[in-house]
Amino acid sequence: MYPEDQLIPISALQHWLYCPRQCALIHVERVWVENRFTAEGRVMHARAHDGPDESRQGVRITRGLPVRSLRLGLSGECDVVEFHAGGRILPVEYKRGKPKAHRADEVQLCAQALCLEEMRGATISGGCLYYGERRRRTEIAFDEELRELAATTAAAVHGCFADGITPSAEYEARRCDACSLLDLCQPRSLRFRRGAAAWFNQRLRTSLSEEP
Amino acid sequence: MKRHLNTLFVTLEGSYLRKDGAAVEIRHEGETKLRVPLHNLEGIACFGWDIGASAALLAACAEAGVALSFHTPHGKFLAATRGFTSGNIHLRREQYRRADDEPSSVAIAANMLAAKLANSRQVIMRAARDHGGKSPERAAALGQAADLIAVRIGLLGRATTLDSLRGIEGDAASIYFAAFPHLLVNHDPAVGISGRSRRPPLDPVNALLSFLYTLLMHDCRGALESCGLDPQCGFLHRDRPGRPSLALDLMEEFRAFLADRVALTLINRQQITSSDFHTGESGAVLLKEDSRKQVLVAWQERKQDEISHPFLDERVTVGMLPHLQARLLARHLRGDLDAYPAFLAK
Repeated sequence: MYPEDQLIPISALQHWLYCPRQCALIHVERVWVENRFTAEGRVMHARAHDGPDESRQGVRITRGLPVRSLRLGLSGECDVVEFHAGGRILPVEYKRGKPKAHRADEVQLCAQALCLEEMRGATISGGCLYYGERRRRTEIAFDEELRELAATTAAAVHGCFADGITPSAEYEARRCDACSLLDLCQPRSLRFRRGAAAWFNQRLRTSLSEEP
Repeated sequence: MKRHLNTLFVTLEGSYLRKDGAAVEIRHEGETKLRVPLHNLEGIACFGWDIGASAALLAACAEAGVALSFHTPHGKFLAATRGFTSGNIHLRREQYRRADDEPSSVAIAANMLAAKLANSRQVIMRAARDHGGKSPERAAALGQAADLIAVRIGLLGRATTLDSLRGIEGDAASIYFAAFPHLLVNHDPAVGISGRSRRPPLDPVNALLSFLYTLLMHDCRGALESCGLDPQCGFLHRDRPGRPSLALDLMEEFRAFLADRVALTLINRQQITSSDFHTGESGAVLLKEDSRKQVLVAWQERKQDEISHPFLDERVTVGMLPHLQARLLARHLRGDLDAYPAFLAK
């Protein structure tokens, strides 16, 4: 059980699965840069949280619901949670893009559900990801594998936060070029990780070899 | 980050800066002089005794990461606004630990100074190539200075204490400034320099250099702040209350490449002449108020130039250099890089 002051944001899990270095830059080094993607995502979340709670046809819809899990050491907010008359609880997370190859979005949603389960003493079998580009919901089942992935990711992020060490980066075009932190991260500079000293001395010698 | 943004310079006495929505508005005697969206700005630097700003603007600048600073009419730094300390404590603790450890400080400071000396040597050699042909005497003096500085760069690599680094650097600086008159060609002969004088500057070139160094300091300080480093805790410059020692450290590698070259261009093209300066009763020489604007324009233009960054191997604007180097320094402190790769101009 984690104490309340050691809870980490659920969003950190998603960052971690996208790139552990990105996660550490945002949450350990505390840097943030906005680009088009992040701005659109922010606006979309604000809209998802907008509006009052409502009830219709036996479903109560709650927006921006704060949740936490002391077992996993997580806290965050659910965009939308539907409480159905039959007792079914359905978390819905809004994403600007489209479904991705990695499981970061699913883990984020599942982590929200695990928090809700702990707080409500309920069982939540699945949730929905709403993708802005497709304009429809994708249903996600919270099977054992996804729950396990959420728990191990939470443990990994806690480890990183405790060490305060930012993992190294390997430049990978598809991932890095879409990342708003590219310029802060400078992944290409890390090609000299163990050779910045050698690089500098070599360059200095070259500079000195130039005759007046 | 990739964008190089402009710094807004306010030199009009009696100006009042206020927040107008997401923009900064400059008011003067009841009139709106200018309105600029904050997101287009990297910094706002005010030069004057009677320039004010609203609290709402201070807060908006702090939040948007726009460095807002106040200077005397002649560019001496007075104050800067900032929000709550940003960045993270792990980085700053590591910065303090390294600053307390002489071998670690020497390793960082030696690279900064090696780059400083190498970049001043480049300025000298460039002048020797461009103008040496016309005057064998000039070519010989510049060649000799370049050789002497090269020897000092070699010594830096073997120094084991900060004091010895400072000694070598001081020695190289006097060689460099002794050669400085040879860098001035076809200029107004009344604009001269004899050695480096700072408090106060005693000749026009020193007055111009001091003003440019103030601008450079402003940029370096902002760059350090924005990546979470403490600009007051330096490796080479000793702690002194109120002194931005790390900003002074970071400046070293850019002095010649950024400030000195702007000064030389302005003087050699006679864009700045003796009529742009006035000499006070004490012999102190200062840049006239109207002339400062011209220097600011030249400075901003220089920052738009593009170069290939030697270490990152990317096209960058010259104005981004302090930011990129501040980040590389942070990367070294965090252990991502085994040394600080200071900026070496080609």
